[in-house]
Amino acid sequence: MSSEAAPNQGSWAARNVMSGPDIDRALTRIAHEIIERNKGASDVLLLGIPTRGVPLATRLAAKIRHVEPDAGGTDLLGQLDITMYRDDLHHGPVRTVKSTVIPPEGIDDRIVVLVDDVLFSGRTVRAALDAIKDLGRPRAVQLAALVDRGHRRLPIRPDYVGKNLPTSVDERVKVNLTEIDGTDAVVIAQPETQDSGPVVPEAGQ
Amino acid sequence: MTSAHIPNGEGSVLITNVSIVGYERKDVLIDDGVIVDIAAPGALAQDESVAEATVIDGAGLIALPGLVDLHTHLREPGREDAETVESGTRAAAAGGFTAVHAMANTSPVQDTAGVVEQVARLGDEAGWVDVFPIGAVSIGLAGEQLAELGAMADSAARVRVFSDDGKCVADPVLMRRALEYVKAFDGVIAQHAQEPRLTENAQMNEGIVSAEIGLAGWPAVAEEAIIARDVLLAEHVGSRLHVCHLSTAGSVEIIRWAKSRGINVTAEVTPHHLLLTDELARTYNPIYKVNPPLRTEADVEAVREGLADGTIDIVATDHAPHPREDKDCEWAAAAFGMTGLETALSVVQQTMVDTGRMTWADVARVLSQNPARIGRVNEGPRAQGRPIAVGEPANITLIDPQAERPVDAAEQQTASTNSPLHGRTLPGAVMATFLRGRATVLDGQPVARTDKSAS
Amino acid sequence: MRHLLSTSDLSLEEAVRILDTTAQMAATQEREVKKLPTLRGRTVVNLFFEDSTRTRISFETAAKRLSADVINFSAKGSSLSKGESLKDTALTLKAMGADAVIIRHQASGAPYTLAHAGWLDAPVINAGDGTHQHPTQALLDAYTIRRHLMGETMGEPDSIGVVGKDLSGLKIVIVGDVLHSRVARANVYLLSTLGAQVTLVSPPTLLPVGVETWPCQISYHLDEAIDQVQPDAIMMLRVQRERMSSAGGGFFPSPLEYTRIYGLDAKRLGRLPEHAIVLHPGPMNRGLEISAQAADSPRSVIVEQVANGVAVRMAVLYLLLTGESSAGTAAHPTGKENS
Repeated sequence: MSSEAAPNQGSWAARNVMSGPDIDRALTRIAHEIIERNKGASDVLLLGIPTRGVPLATRLAAKIRHVEPDAGGTDLLGQLDITMYRDDLHHGPVRTVKSTVIPPEGIDDRIVVLVDDVLFSGRTVRAALDAIKDLGRPRAVQLAALVDRGHRRLPIRPDYVGKNLPTSVDERVKVNLTEIDGTDAVVIAQPETQDSGPVVPEAGQ
Repeated sequence: MTSAHIPNGEGSVLITNVSIVGYERKDVLIDDGVIVDIAAPGALAQDESVAEATVIDGAGLIALPGLVDLHTHLREPGREDAETVESGTRAAAAGGFTAVHAMANTSPVQDTAGVVEQVARLGDEAGWVDVFPIGAVSIGLAGEQLAELGAMADSAARVRVFSDDGKCVADPVLMRRALEYVKAFDGVIAQHAQEPRLTENAQMNEGIVSAEIGLAGWPAVAEEAIIARDVLLAEHVGSRLHVCHLSTAGSVEIIRWAKSRGINVTAEVTPHHLLLTDELARTYNPIYKVNPPLRTEADVEAVREGLADGTIDIVATDHAPHPREDKDCEWAAAAFGMTGLETALSVVQQTMVDTGRMTWADVARVLSQNPARIGRVNEGPRAQGRPIAVGEPANITLIDPQAERPVDAAEQQTASTNSPLHGRTLPGAVMATFLRGRATVLDGQPVARTDKSAS
Repeated sequence: MRHLLSTSDLSLEEAVRILDTTAQMAATQEREVKKLPTLRGRTVVNLFFEDSTRTRISFETAAKRLSADVINFSAKGSSLSKGESLKDTALTLKAMGADAVIIRHQASGAPYTLAHAGWLDAPVINAGDGTHQHPTQALLDAYTIRRHLMGETMGEPDSIGVVGKDLSGLKIVIVGDVLHSRVARANVYLLSTLGAQVTLVSPPTLLPVGVETWPCQISYHLDEAIDQVQPDAIMMLRVQRERMSSAGGGFFPSPLEYTRIYGLDAKRLGRLPEHAIVLHPGPMNRGLEISAQAADSPRSVIVEQVANGVAVRMAVLYLLLTGESSAGTAAHPTGKENS
């Protein structure tokens, strides 16, 4: 039914790579970098990519507003569902389409910061860029990811990274967030048996 | 069992150790088409004619009098793409029949002496079973003007059963005249009971299933109203009525009432109405489209009960072959009808014998003796439906009641494949059929006559 | 869900999922760029054996908004009228590489046969078959009802806020020719699956024998039903004038008497609860089953139903044409359920 990967199951050996405080510190730094890079945050619009990009963007928005109360005008935060722009809809189960929320006045001339949990192959970001193109014409599009695990398959690089995490392709990176998973942690899981099949690179999904 | 060729009614056959209509085991000796002796197993061994006889081991088998179908559509002339007299009667023999009554809705319609004689002749040439043509009640089955019933009765085909089957003789005056007219030669009107106005565009039984799946309903009352009218007409004019393929609990009640009043009515049920229900229409597979339609579980129970208690006199197949394209389409566009000659006996065994409701002697009554009597073919040179007794014509069907056989429509002898039982496994198998001493089926396989050119 | 043939096949979960997806599709249709790349490269066939410009255009729009290629196949002659048989049409579509077939047919069950006879591998969507089912119509009705009546404020439309909700607690009255109505059948099963309490109001001649087993209440009197049920939504079915008064077999004495007893006029509209909405699958017979005042009143969501039809059909196409089972028809062996 849903597009989320199943939580770590028996055949995976998991290891914590970021704790709750680690995540919080990383987000604080990213919030400051966004303000700094854009010389203030008045035109910034954070678009979280469902599922876990949304609470991350929400947290970033709070941190940015803490520094700059007027950041983003009335709308600093939105969300961008990229399901219908994916190029892999024929694989796996049918994906649930989620909401896209943008300011009523649109995204034209805004500095859009895409927020996702894990950057991997880059396909999600490509789909997000296509989706943005249909929504309007932002002044710039930037990318924030809590974890960059490498193995890019498209010419895409992040502007803001919480943690660079060298991984092997068959490992699985799972971001747990309190809002969804009840706890904050980043976990790397490694297959103990080979019967789980290959892990398709799908950042954050 | 040996597969030796047995000429047409010549030579002798000894069936050993066979249970006659389910009773004790006997040896049955056939010579020149007649049953010449029945004795305890082994007792005939000394008889010198036995030495030359072809011996058939009947151990484990049941001998029934050759089955007689009062309701078969052979489709020839006119729809040879669905069935021919040759293929239909071969299927009949494979199903254990030694006689069939060929329904009148051919093209041209069997409404003149010429056409009924043609069908009878085709039957003789095929030689698998005796073919008794049924004459149409009205010219062209149009329900307007009586066909020449007398001419058909007097013809070489000696027609005694008249029916517009496929269509109802709906006009009460025409029905009354027909019932009266056939009294002159002891005929019978076999009515397809379907009130036409109540069944316009009807597709299936009207009820819970039709309401849900949105197919136009064929209400039980459309059948019952005609049966009620006809039994009263038959009583009024003192004639003989036969009700084709009754299918509802209400119809059984009406027949029961009519018989209790002494009305001269007989009734038939088809194998499919003994077994199948309208739930099958949920598949929209037109293989289950038939007229009258498959009814409910309660109706199935009622016709089984009616058959067991004698209210329903016979089982008749209403074997209705159709070419594949007439069933390979959406339900509403499909033809009504299903084949049945090769599965009828098995369905009766499954629904009536294996359930303990009837004995094999009862089966002989409803599938041989009664239909022959209703069709008035139980006497004369081609007497059918006679008991298995010394001096009687050797029309015998041997069945293996223990057999379990899968039904494969494509493997059947009929030229069509519209069997609703395709894919099911049925009990009982016809191992041999003898038509006046000649084996038309041996080892479960049809045996072509050697004195006719291959066709 | 491999095909969409009947609402009686849908579980509560599946039905809610379609409505939820519809809500997201509807949201995309408020944007300037309405086209989505989702079904690019896939071919959807509109196979219409029966004229219905409205339904065909709705499906066509839905497919095009998802970037699918659309082939309109108007098969006027069915095997009923001795034209090309359904089977040959199906084999033709298979050869043309149809990824989904939307079928409208005058024979009940034709979509089922198309889906199950083994002639075709593609998903089949029933766009109305005979007097059987019209599932996308019922889904758009349910979607419209949910939007208006399941939000925080009854009567105020809300699409996204009601995501995940069913129709529990709602009372819905459906009025008219139930006997011949695929819309009524589709709605009775869907709305009851979604938890609504459905009451059919119809003259006894226009109710099928066997209706008593349906998951709904039956009434012969509209006034009584309005007063007793106090429906949250009332759906008027289209009545065909020619069914009314044919000699000896008409289902009703006269159109006038029908309107008097079963028509929705301003007076009856006024007796509905304030938040109640009025639906009609269209096309309407103004002055027969619904008066102009009722059809044009603020309670009427009839025009909105049409717009929601596109979103519902986008959702159905999306759900049937994506995911593992939809990938490449060639990879799947031919089903042979019937032979």
